[in-house]
Amino acid sequence: MATLDFSFYTWANISNYLLSGLYFSVALTIAATVGGIALGTIIALMRLSNIKPLEYIATWYVNVFRSVPLVMVILWFFLLVPSGFYDLFPGGSGQKYRAEICALITFVVFEAAFFSEIVRAGIQSLPRGQTNAGQALGMTYAQNMRYIILPQAIRNMLPVFLTQTIVLFQDTSLVYAIGAYDILKGFEIMGNTFGRRIETYLLAAVVYFIISFFLSMLVKKLNQKIRIVR
Amino acid sequence: MIEMKSVSKWYGTTQVLNDCSVKINKGEVVVVCGPSGSGKSTLIKTINALEPIQKGEIWIDGVAVHDKATDLPKLRSRVGMVFQHFELFPHLSVTDNLIIAQVKVLGRRRDEAKKRGLQMLERVGLIDHQHKFPGQLSGGQQQRVAIARALSMDPIIMLFDEPTSALDPEMVGEVLDVMVGLASEGMTMMVVTHEMGFARKVSNRVIFMDVGGRILEDTTKDEFFGKIEDRQPRTREFLNKILQY
Ligand SMILES: Nc1ncnc2c1ncn2[C@@H]1O[C@H](COP(=O)(O)OP(=O)(O)OP(=O)(O)O)[C@@H](O)[C@H]1O
Ligand SMILES: [Mg+2]
Repeated sequence: MATLDFSFYTWANISNYLLSGLYFSVALTIAATVGGIALGTIIALMRLSNIKPLEYIATWYVNVFRSVPLVMVILWFFLLVPSGFYDLFPGGSGQKYRAEICALITFVVFEAAFFSEIVRAGIQSLPRGQTNAGQALGMTYAQNMRYIILPQAIRNMLPVFLTQTIVLFQDTSLVYAIGAYDILKGFEIMGNTFGRRIETYLLAAVVYFIISFFLSMLVKKLNQKIRIVR
Repeated sequence: MIEMKSVSKWYGTTQVLNDCSVKINKGEVVVVCGPSGSGKSTLIKTINALEPIQKGEIWIDGVAVHDKATDLPKLRSRVGMVFQHFELFPHLSVTDNLIIAQVKVLGRRRDEAKKRGLQMLERVGLIDHQHKFPGQLSGGQQQRVAIARALSMDPIIMLFDEPTSALDPEMVGEVLDVMVGLASEGMTMMVVTHEMGFARKVSNRVIFMDVGGRILEDTTKDEFFGKIEDRQPRTREFLNKILQY
């Protein structure tokens, strides 16, 4: 077995190969979480709307995306969406960042299915009396959702959201399938360049572990906090 | 002021309100009692259309609650309601609980709403707790805040659904005191409760409901608490049960 050599991890190389990849992985995680919760909330509301067509669409949406591997959704989107779509972005940036745009959109769309189930559970776990109380004060459905129900549902579900975000962060590595430049890609290129693939994948694992572990601790803290508030 | 005419309601095939008619005049306090499951909560919730009805009519101050075209949020904003489990909004401070509907529903300015809310908080004796959250208050205090929240909307009538039955015994009094005060100031009130002391003290009329959602008696207080032999057998049975201890 060859001895491990980490001497090529100089600051210059790290910032050269890894930082933009890390930046993309983190940005993708945050954007997919925020976008996924926003779209997921809409889908959850559709599903709880008692309006049959909306319910039906939302139910199918969730079932489809929960039954298909994420990597396939990414590939399909990448292969099936015509090139003209990327021209919609200003200044040719669309073509240049094709893989990244594709990754962002598929993650939001895919994660929304999962987040919508969390939001739905959050709404349904609130006592019915809360809805009644808002209504009795004269709030419309929209006001009741916005000021009374959703703030509570989302606050109560915060730890679950974060847990899903950890999974999401790990899943962002799947964008390798379409060649987007994420942290893993950075490590890969670095490894190939210096002929040190074992060392780079080892370090990649450490980076994923540290970030995920840190987020897990955060979930624990949050859980304790919410238990106190209740 | 409030008039229910032959109101009936079903959940699926089970009838929970059976041909109920009630009239409440301005300034009247009407107590509703009856065994569990007789439909008291359902009856009171039909008044502000939290529960829809299938038959009959409900009028509040000339507005037809049963009419599909009625602007229900607007109507509800004029009807105060107090629930068995308080239903304060736990994510909002006491002050924000008092303010939110005034601002979002009535369109009051925030400072104006706060002034009104704190007046009401003062009157239920909790002005020192304005910055707390509901979870930091006792049950009795929460229910008094809930009453203040409803009053802040300047309602034309107050509905109470068993406001003291989720409270520890030593807190029942503080909530009833607030309600007695309201009644003596001429607030129109409909109160579902088994607190017969309260009924005796301030009510004008007592309604007795029996299983199946039927109004069995609707009498003046004096009649109701007069000769027990004059009551219907079911009412007597019920009264004997709750007054036994
Ligand atoms: N959502 C619902 N679906 C089906 N049946 C219901 C529903 N809500 C209430 N019921 C039934 O309607 C009847 C009346 O219920 P309601 O809550 O009005 O009674 P209540 O007199 O307020 O009883 P309690 O003293 O226990 O509060 C009961 O038999 C109850 O089981
Ligand atoms: Mg009830």
